[in-house]
Amino acid sequence: MYDIKALYEAGSVEEAVSLLVEHPEAQIIAGGSDVLVQIREGRRAGVELVSIYGIDALRGICYDEEEAIRIGSLTSFSHIAADPIIQEKFPVLGEAVSLVGGPQIRNIGTIGGNTCNGVTSADSASTLFAWDAVIELTGPDGIRRLPIQEFYIKAGKVDLRPGELQTAILIPKKAYEGYTGRYIKYAMREAMDIANLGCSVNAKLSQDKKTIEDVRIAYGVAGPIPLRAVTAEAAVKGCRTDQKTIDAFGEAVLSDIHPRDSWRASKAFREHIAKVLASRALKESVLRGGGEICE
Amino acid sequence: MSNRYKLIKCTINGKEREVMIDVRASLTDLLRNDFRLTSVKKGCEVGECGACNVLINGECFNSCIYLAVWADGKEILTLEGLSDPDGGISDIQQAFIDEAAVQCGFCTPGAIMSAVEILNEGRELSDEEIRIRMSGHLCRCTGYENILRAVKKTMLKRLGKAEQ
Ligand code: FES
Ligand code: FES
Repeated sequence: MYDIKALYEAGSVEEAVSLLVEHPEAQIIAGGSDVLVQIREGRRAGVELVSIYGIDALRGICYDEEEAIRIGSLTSFSHIAADPIIQEKFPVLGEAVSLVGGPQIRNIGTIGGNTCNGVTSADSASTLFAWDAVIELTGPDGIRRLPIQEFYIKAGKVDLRPGELQTAILIPKKAYEGYTGRYIKYAMREAMDIANLGCSVNAKLSQDKKTIEDVRIAYGVAGPIPLRAVTAEAAVKGCRTDQKTIDAFGEAVLSDIHPRDSWRASKAFREHIAKVLASRALKESVLRGGGEICE
Repeated sequence: MSNRYKLIKCTINGKEREVMIDVRASLTDLLRNDFRLTSVKKGCEVGECGACNVLINGECFNSCIYLAVWADGKEILTLEGLSDPDGGISDIQQAFIDEAAVQCGFCTPGAIMSAVEILNEGRELSDEEIRIRMSGHLCRCTGYENILRAVKKTMLKRLGKAEQ
């Protein structure tokens, strides 16, 4: 038995909003792979919960009217990885979420839950940061949308107002079209492990594939929340796809990141892998985009 | 408390069930306590070891971190549901025995249910894919190799292919 004070089940988004308004103390439970564990650990013991797990309308991936990729917040990691739209336009997200936990966790874990936790190590988060994802929230005053960078406030805290729940994550057309990317997770084990560092890079190449027209990079665990390495982005935008650019990119990230010492890894080690992963992920993004690393 | 209990309907191992449950129960609690399906083990109870793994609508879930109320309307399969009406065991269970993939047996039902999810896909997975798909299980005894062999052997047999 879980130490739950009360459980309210929502069958629709409207019902979830009114339950959340009615029970201001209640916390949202989606797949529960974090919430239930924290209840078990005692950290959230005695909570009131509003379960949104039964809202099937929040599952699935489609294009919206503006051709943005719309990911329902309750879509599980395994369904994201298997989705044809993701495989065609945004395969790096499928790869990133395939590194979360183990198979059973990927069946229960949801992308909405992964982002609403506000955890820096969330495998989906750095990739969503790197692809300019937009978060859709539905609350008593209707729907609002904001860039994922504004959604994260600080460690463990996201901009979720009373009565609100996350209903979708959108990737605008201009954010995915023409981009190819790579996510690299650095962890001790191949499964059931939390990233020491996660690095997601993507690039858009020029027509002749010799110049990096645009590049975006985001990290998990390089700071209290996922972050974009803007200095590094600026340093190689417009540069040729050569080894010098790849190396300069890795060097530049050090001005953007502030990892910390923890029992998982030291600050110095994290900085080292941040550099190496940035270069490696950029190189692979270029190769995936049909380019090559010229002399 | 008004909504302490809930009546749910679900299918467990092919039988339709209707049961009144405590909303605080996990699916492990429901399966073990109400239906005596004791193949569903309580290992870590925090979703890390896979001992409580069952199939829900054909997908694997750690039932210890799955609220019993969510089982409403779902189809659940546990290890007990694999045996035929006379109590005979299935090919994958036999393969676990043949390959010595069972020692203390605590992880076995959960691991076999992941194997069932794989086998139901009816396609050939590479060794690497099998490893990834079985990676949600901790086994303190076998060292995993025998488990992987049992899964592979059954997969190839079902596909009518001989082991190389
Ligand atoms: S008992 Fe459920 S995963 Fe360990
Ligand atoms: S056989 Fe003992 S834990 Fe796997």
